[in-house]
Amino acid sequence: MAARVIAPSTVKKGEAFEVRILVGHVMENGFRRTEDGFRIPAKLVRTVFCRLVDASGEREVFRAELSSGIAANPLLQFRLRMQQSGELKFNWSDSDGESDQAQHRIDVV
Amino acid sequence: MWCRALNLRFGDDLRLCALTWLVVAAAMAVSLVQAQTPKRFFESPKSGISFASEEIRKLQDDELGNPALLLVDQARALWSQAPLASTSSPAKGKACAECHGKVESMKGVATRYPQVLEKHGLTNLEGRINLCRAEQQGQAAWAYETPQLLGMTALIASQSKGQSNQSSIEGSAKASFEAGHNLYYERMGQMNLSCAHCHEKSAGRRLLAEVISQGHPNAYPIYRLEWQATGSLHRRFRSCLNGVKAELWPQGSPQFLNLELFLAWRSQGLGIETPGVRR
Repeated sequence: MAARVIAPSTVKKGEAFEVRILVGHVMENGFRRTEDGFRIPAKLVRTVFCRLVDASGEREVFRAELSSGIAANPLLQFRLRMQQSGELKFNWSDSDGESDQAQHRIDVV
Repeated sequence: MWCRALNLRFGDDLRLCALTWLVVAAAMAVSLVQAQTPKRFFESPKSGISFASEEIRKLQDDELGNPALLLVDQARALWSQAPLASTSSPAKGKACAECHGKVESMKGVATRYPQVLEKHGLTNLEGRINLCRAEQQGQAAWAYETPQLLGMTALIASQSKGQSNQSSIEGSAKASFEAGHNLYYERMGQMNLSCAHCHEKSAGRRLLAEVISQGHPNAYPIYRLEWQATGSLHRRFRSCLNGVKAELWPQGSPQFLNLELFLAWRSQGLGIETPGVRR
């Protein structure tokens, strides 16, 4: 499962900025059928969460629960403020139990 | 006869008469040459993205969030990664980067395809990538619509962003071009429509909720929301043929290659915008 984390690498202290993550996933909703009439089993990203790791510890800053109404390759977006430099750690897992992760380093200047 | 009608007498006026005929003959020759040089229906072609909604335009222009970039990322990794040595040709197995250097060196390459290669006939960018895989890397061809072929095609084509297609339609490409031209204007399927009925006569008008584009191939491979995936130009051709209920040729078939050459020529003047996003 590929992903793109789209966020600045340097931000100003305490200033809000945008973080986006594009998760490469089929998001198969389970309702579609093949040409031969067989149902394509559902395969959906269930949870995406982001933890911020910095000098003062690790805490969750974002969590999303996705369902079959979300299109393939979901693009999630949230805003964040940081007081000190740290790393964003993304984790996501799908209904088949497959999971993956991505990191993104952000320096506060 | 004409000379007599103009009251030109045999003798000193003959030279004038001959000169008149010469001018007429020259004008006819020029118009004959013009008739042979194919003329584009759209003198200044408009890209498919200009018919798309604001949201889709934003998604395509998003240099980081365009969903097709997920495959381009994978292809960028493959570019500098040596493929596994195959038993049939252990000496081969070089990475793309070993011959070509940085992928940025592929700038302008996509503008020359489809083109006729001496041994292989009309070849598009996908075909050229697979030739490299067979001849330089000793690997099996990537099938159409595999993430590898889509990603590599998009990665290479996107190096030529903004450049216009330069495919030749003369010489060895002439027969293919004419076949593609004829296919474009040929009625087909149960709907009995040609490509031109929608993409020339009705371009800009609505087909249900959709605005019909001029049908230019300058953004392929594209991420299509209907597919929920990235797909090739030939997959799009199949969607169109399905729409008019015609026979669906397989991706990479000679019919599609000829059509691709015709469309590439037809879009000349329009910048490449791969990877595109469409509805």
